Amino acid sequence: MRIELEHLTKIFPGRGRRNRSEVTAVSDVTLTIPDGMLVGLLGPSGCGKSTALNMISGLLAPTSGKIYFGDKNVTDLPPEDRGVGMVFQNYALYPHMTIEQNIRFPLENLKGDQKLTAQQMKERVEEAARTVDILNLLERKPSELSGGQQQRAAIARALVKLPKVLLLDEPLSNLDARLRLQTREEIRRIQQQTGITTVFVTHDQDEAMSISDRIVVMKEGTIQQTETPQKVYDDPANQFVAQFLGTPPINLFKGQVRDRILYIAEQPVLHTGELPDQEVVVGVRPEGFVLREDGAMKNEMIREEVSGRDTSILSRNPAAFSPIVRSILSNKEELLIPETVAAFDLNPRKTFLFSTEDGNRIRTELTVPSKEEDREDRHEGSKDERKEVRKEERKAEREFALAQEDIKKAREHTREAIRAEEKAEEGQGDQG
Amino acid sequence: MKRSGLKAFLYLLPALIFLAVFLVYPLIDVLIYSFEEGYSSAAQSFSGIGWYNFDYVLHDPYFTQALINTFILVLITVPVSTGFALLIAFALTRITKLRSLFETVFFLPYVTNTLAVGMVFMVLFKTTPYSEGFVNMLMGMVGLGPVDFIEGPYWAKMFVLCFYTIWIVLPFKILILTSALASVNPQYAQAARIDGASSWRIFTKITLPLISPSVFYLIITGFIGAFKAYSDAVALFGTSLNSAGMNTLVGYVFDMLYREGGGYPSYASAAAILLFLIILTITVINLLYSRKHVHYS
Repeated sequence: MRIELEHLTKIFPGRGRRNRSEVTAVSDVTLTIPDGMLVGLLGPSGCGKSTALNMISGLLAPTSGKIYFGDKNVTDLPPEDRGVGMVFQNYALYPHMTIEQNIRFPLENLKGDQKLTAQQMKERVEEAARTVDILNLLERKPSELSGGQQQRAAIARALVKLPKVLLLDEPLSNLDARLRLQTREEIRRIQQQTGITTVFVTHDQDEAMSISDRIVVMKEGTIQQTETPQKVYDDPANQFVAQFLGTPPINLFKGQVRDRILYIAEQPVLHTGELPDQEVVVGVRPEGFVLREDGAMKNEMIREEVSGRDTSILSRNPAAFSPIVRSILSNKEELLIPETVAAFDLNPRKTFLFSTEDGNRIRTELTVPSKEEDREDRHEGSKDERKEVRKEERKAEREFALAQEDIKKAREHTREAIRAEEKAEEGQGDQG
Repeated sequence: MKRSGLKAFLYLLPALIFLAVFLVYPLIDVLIYSFEEGYSSAAQSFSGIGWYNFDYVLHDPYFTQALINTFILVLITVPVSTGFALLIAFALTRITKLRSLFETVFFLPYVTNTLAVGMVFMVLFKTTPYSEGFVNMLMGMVGLGPVDFIEGPYWAKMFVLCFYTIWIVLPFKILILTSALASVNPQYAQAARIDGASSWRIFTKITLPLISPSVFYLIITGFIGAFKAYSDAVALFGTSLNSAGMNTLVGYVFDMLYREGGGYPSYASAAAILLFLIILTITVINLLYSRKHVHYS
């Protein structure tokens, strides 16, 4: 079922004598969630995402605005009449009931012509339990289940009455890292299998990126951007979205645009499109740095950092917001790690400009300045020629790599030889 | 015995000695007395051993009266007071305005002096040369005749006794239940609402089972407390409970020991043993029932 939020606002009154000021948790949120879609509400804690979810479920009444399920206005409908399924952050399985009783509970509450016979209930419970793969746990109490099993039982309870809308409040936050990966795939699978319009709340960008069809990024009660996960990452609407998504986080710099050239720390790094001269905030994704000896941006090298599959270079730039600029290298570049100055070209597709005033994105076409010409030269040749060139490039790279390896080995040899000499000398000293 | 075990035992010794001297020994002594026929406390002698004391007590009309009174008191006050307490505690958790004021009001009887409570009940129920009591005044307004609640018919006296007992035990039960309700995670009720449950079903199927340990505790202590009732009856009807027909089991034991035709420790012991057996039976039944219906997290 399609969910529509229209100018939804929730204001909590101030509590007690100490903090009288009211809190606007959700402010004028308008959003359409198409039928059958898995949507992640993403934002830091206190951004109003849970409040928004609770208003969709009916547990909280909006201060103003409307909520539609399909064409039906459900704004004033109590939660028991909305027909939504919900999974709570700590699952809220009734501790005194077995898993079977827990899953059956929503069915026992059905009234009128929706009432089911005991046999029908049993079938529905088993069907829901089968969907989440907990058929063998039905006789147990919630306290006898692991976190992941409780989670699945909670999903079964939410699904058993075949709701049109499924709501998940931080569904993975109580699970350990390994189980989290597994369960989020599970949620995706169940959602695809049932086709229920699903809204889930999370503060974990990986979670949101990996399973949602659409991500809604929220901050201080307002929607910042609604897009597909990849689009949100590749094309952030503002500085907040760019900063919030991505691990490691985006690198921010103070920059200036002068005569359609972008300067960072007075070094020209990229060409811009038609833009007036101004101060800007430049965001560069860690993978947007291309290590080159003649790179446009020259940073002071700190050290390299190897973590599993990635190699990063940590460097320092006077215009950067943070003391460390982190760039992730592709495999090819690892062999060229510099010692004092790390020079980078910036990948224009991984570089974003933001306004210094409101953090909004300044959209313009960024291009690499100087190497533009020789790249075009290369493209002018025939297909075969290009192939040939590439082949040679690759060959040279391989040879270069081998040479580097040799140098490394030679250095190692020298070092060992020196060490051996020193040892020998020490031995003589002792004798003398 | 291991050294550490011996040490622990030594630490426990003072408490064990006190318990043995002041609790275990008297208990055994009561059991012995109850089988000694014709015991005289002056001569410290008895004529034989057997079931006569129990036979006598069970055929004593005063004992039968006390037994009936006690059972009526227990069967009325325990469910009614627990139910009322549940209702009030639940209402208290639902209101937000003036909540602490109401909590204080409901708890006041617990800290009020017994004599002051007695005075209030005098004003409410006692017929004096000047007035017929506040309750009679109210009853008169709706056209019901005056009833002497203190020296009048049996049901009127029983009503006052039950009323008094409930009023006395209510605050403590409200206190326990309010804290039990407050400790129930509100998320369960939210989940139940999402699951489509009505308020009544949320209360009976979710909330009540979750606070069942507290309710069960109140029922067990309520039963035991009501079986041991005595002072309340004295406060209302004076010390001649037998003649007022309002005696309780503990009152009967006390009377056998000290009052009017007192000086019969053997009969008193037999009655005390009977009371003990009744309380034991009821508590065992309670415990067996609780295994099925009380949920301990």
